[in-house]
Amino acid sequence: MAKARVKAPKSVKKGQVFEVKSLISHKMETGLRNDKKTGKKIARKIINKFSVTYGGKEVFGSDWHPAVSANPYISFFVRASASGPMKFQWTEDGGKVTEKSVNIKVT
Amino acid sequence: MKKYFQGILMGAAFAVGLSGFAGSASSGEMVFKSGDRSSGYTYATKETQGIQDDDMGNPAWGYVEDGGDLWNKVDGKAGKSCATCHGVESAMLSDVGTRYPVYNAKLGKMQNIEQKINQEREEKMGAKPYKWESGQMLAMTIYMRNQSHGKPMNVSIDGPAVPFFEAGKKFFNKKRGQLDMSCTNCHVDNAGNRIRANMLTEAQGNGFPTYRLKWQKPGSLHRRFRGCNKTVRAAPYGYGSDEYVNLELYVAWRGRGLSVETPAVRN
Repeated sequence: MAKARVKAPKSVKKGQVFEVKSLISHKMETGLRNDKKTGKKIARKIINKFSVTYGGKEVFGSDWHPAVSANPYISFFVRASASGPMKFQWTEDGGKVTEKSVNIKVT
Repeated sequence: MKKYFQGILMGAAFAVGLSGFAGSASSGEMVFKSGDRSSGYTYATKETQGIQDDDMGNPAWGYVEDGGDLWNKVDGKAGKSCATCHGVESAMLSDVGTRYPVYNAKLGKMQNIEQKINQEREEKMGAKPYKWESGQMLAMTIYMRNQSHGKPMNVSIDGPAVPFFEAGKKFFNKKRGQLDMSCTNCHVDNAGNRIRANMLTEAQGNGFPTYRLKWQKPGSLHRRFRGCNKTVRAAPYGYGSDEYVNLELYVAWRGRGLSVETPAVRN
């Protein structure tokens, strides 16, 4: 179950710097654990890429590695430029993408 | 410096209280200390408290939303959801988190929230019971207890509950396991002391199901009981066993007056 949550102000003034918070529920299986019963390695399944676009431009991008905790939480600051959607993308090992989008209203 | 500001703020709040503007405590006011009882929150590090305080940063908050969806989801042969009988934003839930476990006359014993949910699912909805510690069970219990967020714990221990309360109290005080330790040894005698790297707390259940950083997910009170029993090298009882439900009653009574914090965050 990968469920993503995002929080950003509904409306901001132009030029204002505002905080955006995001959290995705994800196990972040490191690939280093063994199955307790069979002794076999549990395959790695983490989110390896997180990117945010706003106004068609990437405003936050990062590559993640196995040391990132489960349920990763990221918050960052952006300067308000123009109204429009802010799109969040979490890419999992295996290519599955979880997307979430919020509308930012700039006044 | 921060402490100093907090002092000023508290002083201000107190003054407002005196002048009569804050006639009733706002529902957002959390009680972390009541009498000689302190919530595990007060023993947690500032960072951990910060995660709990921020709804967005609290990783268990997604479970509250999931639980809300489950509450309204039709399931089982009877074609009902919880909301069919209890309403979408059920007022009934406002104190459920504070008063469970309760005595069930039909069963002749105490029943906690998890058991009540499954009983309702089987009898009223004709649906499959949730598995203990499953995502759905956690979501449902977290959602239900969260509806009582900020309300004081208030379980009934008189009438038919007396023998079960006594049994729970006995469990709490009885030495067990290879290490020959009772709950009391750590959580009463040594609360506030460190056990290696961990801070011992008063074993309050007001924040359960709690998101534990160690577990990297939320877990029920019974999971915590089992963990504790294993650490003193005693054979743990099963999820929802009578022993643990009685213990849950005693633990809930010990935390009387403390705000329900579900979903709390602990180390």
